[in-house]
Amino acid sequence: VTARGLWRERSLLLLPAGTLLTVAVLVPVLRVLGLSLSFVMLRGGIETRWAGLAQFVRLWQDSRFLTALGNTIVFTTASVLLEMVLGVAFALVLHRVFRGRGPARAVVMLPWALPTAVMALAWAWIFNDSFGVANDLLERAGLIRQPLAWLGGPASAMASLVIADVWKTAPFVMLIALAGLQTIPTQVLEAARGVVLPLLAPALLVALAFRAIQAYGAFDLIYVMTGGGPGGSTETISLYAFSNYFRYLDFGYGSAIAVMGAILLGLLALAGSTLARLRRGA
Amino acid sequence: VIRRALWWAALAAILAWSLGPALWQVLTALKPDAQITRVPTVYLPHPPTWDHVATLWERKPFGRYLWNSAWIGAWATLLCVAFAAPAAAMTARLASRWRNRILLGLLFVSAFPPVLLLFPLYEGVRALGWINHPVALIVPYAALNLPLATWVLESAFRTLPRELDEAASLDGLRPLRRLLRIHMPLAMPAVSTTAILVFIFCWNEFMLGLTFMTKDSAKTVTAGIASVGGASIYEIPWGQLAAATVIATLPLVLLVLLFQRRIVSGLTRGAVKG
Repeated sequence: VTARGLWRERSLLLLPAGTLLTVAVLVPVLRVLGLSLSFVMLRGGIETRWAGLAQFVRLWQDSRFLTALGNTIVFTTASVLLEMVLGVAFALVLHRVFRGRGPARAVVMLPWALPTAVMALAWAWIFNDSFGVANDLLERAGLIRQPLAWLGGPASAMASLVIADVWKTAPFVMLIALAGLQTIPTQVLEAARGVVLPLLAPALLVALAFRAIQAYGAFDLIYVMTGGGPGGSTETISLYAFSNYFRYLDFGYGSAIAVMGAILLGLLALAGSTLARLRRGA
Repeated sequence: VIRRALWWAALAAILAWSLGPALWQVLTALKPDAQITRVPTVYLPHPPTWDHVATLWERKPFGRYLWNSAWIGAWATLLCVAFAAPAAAMTARLASRWRNRILLGLLFVSAFPPVLLLFPLYEGVRALGWINHPVALIVPYAALNLPLATWVLESAFRTLPRELDEAASLDGLRPLRRLLRIHMPLAMPAVSTTAILVFIFCWNEFMLGLTFMTKDSAKTVTAGIASVGGASIYEIPWGQLAAATVIATLPLVLLVLLFQRRIVSGLTRGAVKG
């Protein structure tokens, strides 16, 4: 095959995927960038007028946006940290060879595969203030005297969300950790438990990055379980952008929120990877 | 001995934690209303009842939701794999510098928060008159899962010996034929793993389904469930909701139990090689 023929072959193979990504991801990203720099009015269709950075200036003066940003960071940090700890613990338990390990791993993986929006309802029911099983179990264990209104208070609502998210995603961390454990020779594992974590670190870093990105953009769980309430105390950037689109019909501002969210995520990722590189260098 | 006992206790705790919430939904779904709202909590339904499932089926087109999810998921999966496979086959044969660029680019694309794409996609879907049409979800689902599918497939294709390609092109097989006749069959485990993962993600998607499907008969199961709520939010039919969640998750439980190995290998293949 000639060099030119090879080039043509390769472009043809890449074409379908490239087209799909351009149409459904690249163009939308450009469009949302454009909208975030516009005032958008509804007159039959959508009319846009250049706004420059006005929407972004408005963002930083909007206390609801700042609250949403804070909530996003709290939710992401808390759930990712807990997931990492729990996921690694699960992996250490399930790494051992025992009869029924396959089925046991399947059961532990189940939460990860179940639809978040659907299981959010299950968790809302578990945390129900009057009839929820969480309160009943805690009362039976003597840990609380009176039923808690889990989803009724700002801190406890956030805690409920984090618990539900950890339930769903710790299995993902476990899978990655298990795969990492498999690459470590058994003799090493048995000889020195202390070295396990450093050896796992590269795999765990990947899991951490994936999970942080997903938790940061979380929508389903929060939308269904608390709707951002009570009083906006669990509203995240995704939910606030969504409300601006489909409740307030403020498309320009909604776009600005979504874009700013993505920019901040990018900055966080940059900071994170620089930090990781520095530590590796040191 | 004590360490062994501790280990078994830990295992039991992990299994209970993983299974508990889903199991609790099953129990709630089978309980008569009076037992659902009794304090202190009644744990086991006595006697179990199918009322909630029956009422749910009458009140909401639940069979329709399930069908929509399956149909949309199947098409999106097919489209996604069909588009990802050629790209993956090509990427797998590139010099590592270019390969890494493409793979990193895909990773970058998949890191966009979904809400960033939501509104422009909605505009596009509206402009094309696709609201309530399955295509409105099939295309974005295929696109959003394309990076993952390409990653998993690429890592499988790369392990196939290069000599195969050369032999095939000496036999005069064009690239597409080569993909269909040689790459795909040889990497079948990876292909089916990819398909299972993509299907799971499509089935579970919520945000786009919620916004693009406004008619009840067009909704997918995740978005449909969010609309099961009662006449007022103060009388949420918990029994029916529980029944709904059980029905919507059952297909996935089966998928996971059947293909556990595949799913694990697919997820870790993509992530661990760093």
